[in-house]
Amino acid sequence: MNVRTHMSMLFHLDKCIGCHTCSVACKNLWTDRKGTEYMWWNNVETRPGTGYPTGWEDQEYYQGGWEYDGRGELKLRLHNKAQGLTRLFFNPALPDLKDYYDPFTFRYGDLFSAPEGDDQPTAKPISMITGEEIEIDSGPNWDDDLSGSNIYARNDKNLEGVPDNVRAQLEEIEGVVFNYLPRICNHCLNPACVAACPQGAIYKRGEDGVVLVNENKCKAWRMCVAACPYKKVYYNWSTGKSEKCILCFPRLETGQAPACAHSCVGRIRYMGVLLYDADRIPEAAMVPDDQLVEAQLEAILDPTDPEVIAAAKQNGITDDWIKAAQESPVYKFVKEWRIALPLHPEFRTLAMMFYIPPLSPVMGVVENKTLNLALDTKGPEFELFADLSKARLPVEYLANLFAAGNTKIIERVLKKLLAVRIFKRAETVDGKLTPEAEAALKEVGLDPETAEAIYRLTTQPTLEERFVIPPYHREAAIEAWNDPLERKGQVGFGELKAPVRGE
Amino acid sequence: MNWNVLLFEIFPYVALVLAVVVTAYRYAYRPFSVSAISSQLLERRLLFWGSIPFHWGITIILTIHLIAWLFPGAILAWDKSPLRLYLLEVTGFALGLWTLAGIVVLTLRRLAHSKVRATATVMDYVVLLLVLVSVATGVYTAFAYRYGTAWFAGAMSPYLASIFMLRPRPDLVADMPFAFQWHVFNFWLLLAVFPFSRLVHIITIPLGYLIRPWQIVIWVRRRFTQPGA
Repeated sequence: MNVRTHMSMLFHLDKCIGCHTCSVACKNLWTDRKGTEYMWWNNVETRPGTGYPTGWEDQEYYQGGWEYDGRGELKLRLHNKAQGLTRLFFNPALPDLKDYYDPFTFRYGDLFSAPEGDDQPTAKPISMITGEEIEIDSGPNWDDDLSGSNIYARNDKNLEGVPDNVRAQLEEIEGVVFNYLPRICNHCLNPACVAACPQGAIYKRGEDGVVLVNENKCKAWRMCVAACPYKKVYYNWSTGKSEKCILCFPRLETGQAPACAHSCVGRIRYMGVLLYDADRIPEAAMVPDDQLVEAQLEAILDPTDPEVIAAAKQNGITDDWIKAAQESPVYKFVKEWRIALPLHPEFRTLAMMFYIPPLSPVMGVVENKTLNLALDTKGPEFELFADLSKARLPVEYLANLFAAGNTKIIERVLKKLLAVRIFKRAETVDGKLTPEAEAALKEVGLDPETAEAIYRLTTQPTLEERFVIPPYHREAAIEAWNDPLERKGQVGFGELKAPVRGE
Repeated sequence: MNWNVLLFEIFPYVALVLAVVVTAYRYAYRPFSVSAISSQLLERRLLFWGSIPFHWGITIILTIHLIAWLFPGAILAWDKSPLRLYLLEVTGFALGLWTLAGIVVLTLRRLAHSKVRATATVMDYVVLLLVLVSVATGVYTAFAYRYGTAWFAGAMSPYLASIFMLRPRPDLVADMPFAFQWHVFNFWLLLAVFPFSRLVHIITIPLGYLIRPWQIVIWVRRRFTQPGA
């Protein structure tokens, strides 16, 4: 057992309202520089939809992630090492700027300098690369709330395998139900970007698992951009370096949650430590698709297990980190309650950000211009619990997103979430644990105490319960390499260089 | 001092010193500045037709130059049979044209595509011009003065060797045709510009990729264990 620690984020999708506050907080903090305009280290996608960059889940087009040959060998979809070196001069799988969008702003000065006339002056759109006037034909969140069109939803890659009649119902614009999918870098255990970099400029931090680009080493071969199946490494066209989400490590190191999580209006994000067994990474990445989620959960260790604690201590993991792992909300949702899943486990990068899949209303049918919800008025109003095929977000669809197509996992998770609802509804409406609620809890294997704990952590956690961030001991990291007294008596912060292209 | 000494004896040493010292300085103290600064994200169609011919062509041609310089005897031996001489000459000429086509496409792309032009620095144009001149004079030499593979081994190898042995003999190129002299001088010019431009990416060929493990994990505080322990 080779125990390591990981800072992981958890997204409770039922609580996401799609407000993009996370994206804006991230952009203001990290990507408001020249060359980074089109980078959204954090973005929020409307689902079903095509996402950002457009259609990123289509790996036949984007060539991201790993492929398993079924015989004990894992291959980068992008290239083997020799191929990688031959593609330095032209990287055939690199997305084009049109897969993202042409970054633009508006010439606001025109509003002041326009000559007097009969018309209102307008601010013309200009390219942020060339400064020339451009026609805007796409932008960040161009497909927000599907933009009133069914084209985006229809082109969602995750609808593959969804039965035709369900698809047809989804395509009726009245039948579409959205959910929102906030995405950051998944800081994978088996990152494809690290593996694809010929220069060895990308690495995973041992202490907290943050995947970082060393921009001093990066030589602009752009393989990481193509290899990341989540398209979360971006190329800065101005400085000629790759950039990606850094999980706000400077904030983590000072005890603060990442800016996206901290600013989240719906408080959907949780942050905590996971212990994992680094020796189990290869076997977790090399199992058939439908077993991927379970295999990854196997690699995540129980922080209360004395054996794990002993092995962790042997690896130099401090008591405060073990304590944080024991209190980690992410561990509870992911491993203890098993209601959180990684995004697209079939990419086999072992993504370490987790999602609680969203519940959805009952499927309705438009009949004679009125919406018929086809509710069973006689029985208890738990239609979805009894029959998940009535959910307007199809189980097959969610399975393609979070379980590599394994619908059993999604059903198990959704039923657990519904059972907690039924339990709490019985408590508030009937004032007691009704037989129906008890039966529902029993069916999903929950006891009332656990259901109450899930409810508490879901609906009313405090800031300290949502973000359990262990002390990073930066002082020790600095003392390991530098004499803290070396700079005593000196003035200033050393030389700070602005990132200028080629200088 | 005449032009010959200035251009082919003094300037080469200036260029070499600049190339070594400034490049080393840049790698050691300005690592952020070292990058191929790819513009593929902004434009990919013309880059495909320019970058691949140019880079592969120039790599192969420079390798042949290097072999001819280091092992002139081998080239002369190869050239003994007329068939093999023609083969080498034709191959070299074809590679030169391929490279020329590539650099022309890259230059036009830099000038014509608004996004690529917007990101260009003055040094990018200087590099394009120098490389264009280098390839063009090389192709012209191969076309106008036959059997360059043979006389390169006879004249250029000793000249280059004399520079590196610190016993410079610029007279070896004094009587060469103008186009060829230009080609040689342009090489020294490129070498002088090398450390100040994006050309520094040439020596970053990441061959280590072939032997390194797929994943890289770095520990910030490996030595640190328990507080107080």
